[in-house]
Amino acid sequence: MKVSKTIKQTSYRDAINSAIAAEMRRDPSVFIYGIDVADHKRIYGTTKGLLEEFGEKRCFSTPLSEEALAGFGLGTAINGLRPINVHIRVDFLLLAINQIVNMISSFHYGSIGKLNVPLVIRAIIGKGWGQSYQHSKSLHSFFAHIPGLKVIMPTTPSDAKGLLISAIRDNNPVIFLEHRFLYDVVDDVGDDNEPIEIGKSKKLTTGSDLTIVATSWMNVEAKEATDILKRKHNINIEVIDPRTIYPLDDQLIINSVKKTKHLIIADYDWINCGFSAEVATRVYEKCYGLLKSPITRLGFAKTPCPCTRPLEDVFYTNAETIIREVEKKLKLKTADLSSETFYTYENKFKGPF
Amino acid sequence: MINLNLHLEFYKKMYLIRKAEEAIIKNYPSDEMKTPMHMSMGEEAIVVGVCQALDPNSQTFGTYRSHALYLATSQDTDGFFAEMYGKKTGAVKGKGGSMHLSNPKRGLMATSAVVASTIPAAVGSAYANKYLRKDKIVAVFFGDGAIDEGVFWESLNIACLMKLPIIFICEDNGYAVHTETVKRHGYKSIVNIIKNFDCQVFSSESTDASEIYEISKKAVTFVKKEKKPVFLYFKYYRYLEHVGVNWDFDKSYRSETEFKKWFKKDPIKLQKKRLLKQEISNAQIEKVENAIANKIEKSIQKAKKSPFPANKAVFEDVFYESK
Repeated sequence: MKVSKTIKQTSYRDAINSAIAAEMRRDPSVFIYGIDVADHKRIYGTTKGLLEEFGEKRCFSTPLSEEALAGFGLGTAINGLRPINVHIRVDFLLLAINQIVNMISSFHYGSIGKLNVPLVIRAIIGKGWGQSYQHSKSLHSFFAHIPGLKVIMPTTPSDAKGLLISAIRDNNPVIFLEHRFLYDVVDDVGDDNEPIEIGKSKKLTTGSDLTIVATSWMNVEAKEATDILKRKHNINIEVIDPRTIYPLDDQLIINSVKKTKHLIIADYDWINCGFSAEVATRVYEKCYGLLKSPITRLGFAKTPCPCTRPLEDVFYTNAETIIREVEKKLKLKTADLSSETFYTYENKFKGPF
Repeated sequence: MINLNLHLEFYKKMYLIRKAEEAIIKNYPSDEMKTPMHMSMGEEAIVVGVCQALDPNSQTFGTYRSHALYLATSQDTDGFFAEMYGKKTGAVKGKGGSMHLSNPKRGLMATSAVVASTIPAAVGSAYANKYLRKDKIVAVFFGDGAIDEGVFWESLNIACLMKLPIIFICEDNGYAVHTETVKRHGYKSIVNIIKNFDCQVFSSESTDASEIYEISKKAVTFVKKEKKPVFLYFKYYRYLEHVGVNWDFDKSYRSETEFKKWFKKDPIKLQKKRLLKQEISNAQIEKVENAIANKIEKSIQKAKKSPFPANKAVFEDVFYESK
């Protein structure tokens, strides 16, 4: 049965909020908890209204005990509940790594399939306004490295909603990474609460000249670069958002590279031993001999993230970096970008949170 | 009042655990059981006493030293030995070995090789039981080494704060791996610290399963009535080395005198003495003991004959997949 749906302009933050509320209404075993989940700020508004509608039993703030709270989620999950544990910064999740990597990821395996772990860990990635080196990691490559974890990193509001619904319904542990800057992105979102399948990449733009695989916020930069490149050089770039880091759907990427013969991976992470290496290897394996240029990887500088804005601009890549790499790969002349505005979000973003 | 049947039950369970481990010691040198053994020898009364006091629907969590817990909750020597031999018929099909025994059907939800790691999962289980209005108690076993870990204090705090139906059982054998308490604790008494939490504390140095059982019964009643956690603190002596099947009194960090002091009140000897004082004859006890010895021997033979898991099993159960 197809449910008729109304499409509404919705922010990423409201899309996440509506996904959680819808799942909590649908399934009484879903609950949400974590540090300051039920405070006046409500995790940038993503948990607003949940305490009022579902009560303290299903929406509560906790002590600052990340490791115990991850294990707590595991304990509830193996007993039939569907916990959502929230972290205002992914960096704080490092305190829970023992539980995530030693217990949660291997629990189903260790129980020889007798017990399931339907646990969602939402974590927010920070950037800008002086977030510095302990409020800015993404860690998706790290989590994707561990067998037994699913890792989701949506870019658009509708993907955030549909994938979060799937994550909550999934009987496996899912790490769900949300970029702070994306919260204000507004786009069409349906009110039908339809899940989006985990493990499917998505084409954000169609083109035949070059493929960009981008993660999280880098999709915003890649799309901006694509628009400028179209205007300046009349070329068409295909931007692919994997959306799910693990399991990775590489087919869409491989098909695209077979068509364009050029690939840039713009990952929101460090390059070394990262997700960009995984994508590059899979493309080399399947597109060997077809490539017209070596694969280009863009990512964080191999340093901790600095605080001050000028250094931060060196640490991160952006639309301009992407444009220059495309020009190099396709042997185009360097376009005059002096009239273009970059860092539009950074320039309007006012911290501290 | 503990009746004779219950006394006999304690003896059977403790004897089973002790004999199973003696069989491990005997067979370990042939190198067919390739799994790091953290032996329970010495702790039998605590595990048997506590488990006997729990309702049958209770859930338990343990550590890498869980031979006693596995056997006390299930008496499943077939699954136990097959797991030690890494066989397909093992408790967890050869995926876990000695350090990761579990049997959710019998309430044993998980054990872990990383100290203190099952404690928060036990607290979460207690929350789920409360949330789902299941009249169930969770019992989580850990050693004194777990007290050194931050996650123990985080978990205890959460359980007390949320008033969860859980019993924490600290089995203090005086050593975390090879380091004695005085070299690890910047405080005098675990019990005194935990008494400041919003929970009930009971402690004992007894190696008598009956005494442990009586204390544990009180704990169960308290959790049910007061809807708050209980912390049980029991002392015992680890007879063998931290990992492995040997004595290690020649390694200088502990002395045989210490062991001898505890062995005088060995839980199995103690219980046998009690049975003999009551209406049970030596012959009757021997009959019980022989039956247990036979059961163990049969399980070992079965385990040896059982096949290893098929190669494809390595890929099974990484993720839940809808069937």
